[in-house]
Amino acid sequence: MKGRFEVPVRLFGRHREAAGEPVLPVELADGATVADLKTALAQHPAFGTSLDGAAVAVNRTYRSDESLVVEGDEVAIIPPVAGG
Amino acid sequence: MNIESPGAAKSLAGVLLAEVTDEELRGGDLLRQLGSLSDGAVLVFEGRVRDHNTGRAVVCLHYDAYREMADDVLREIASEALRTTGASVIAVRHRVGSLEPPDVSLLVGVAAAHRGPAYAASTYVIEELKRRLPLWKREEYSDGSSRWLGGHTPPAGGRGAERASERGVE
Repeated sequence: MKGRFEVPVRLFGRHREAAGEPVLPVELADGATVADLKTALAQHPAFGTSLDGAAVAVNRTYRSDESLVVEGDEVAIIPPVAGG
Repeated sequence: MNIESPGAAKSLAGVLLAEVTDEELRGGDLLRQLGSLSDGAVLVFEGRVRDHNTGRAVVCLHYDAYREMADDVLREIASEALRTTGASVIAVRHRVGSLEPPDVSLLVGVAAAHRGPAYAASTYVIEELKRRLPLWKREEYSDGSSRWLGGHTPPAGGRGAERASERGVE
């Protein structure tokens, strides 16, 4: 049976506003990917479709859906960026 | 703030500054830091908060950033611009916090031997930061309403892995 772990997910912009907090703990199974993380987050009432167009940064690098997330990673959900 | 004295610029090549800051930005201050005797072109771009967007009157822009990552992204973009254009020095600073027209939200400074690389590097930096700098803005309008602006979804595999591991950042 797979173990599980909790990872704190940092939120910004519209996501932080919707969730009402800057960090959301998310529980994942060993071997989880970025896609699994998004699926888990989508269960949260604050998100829904607002995850569309969001990127995920793991250890301060943008990662694709198939990348692994492991215990201790620094994870952030990045809504569409708008600098300048 | 890490701006070097003008004299130090004589021996400088590379990324002079790459940071997100909550300090007030002034293009004139940066202009004085840029350029050596071999640089025939010095350019400072000021991005300013304007009083309108998509037909609505804007009274305030609130900028938020993932600061721990954003400095690395800015440095990576500036390094790419140096490598691809041949400019000699680049400085880029993006402000966060609450700004009003005509506050400066962005400074991109470039020094190069000739104008071509200077303009190319300046354009590269601003276009790339709009694509991948983890930074957001919420516009506040004269009627009291506000909204987060939509933008770009950063491409996977972009910033950071190399630099983060070089530095031993966890």
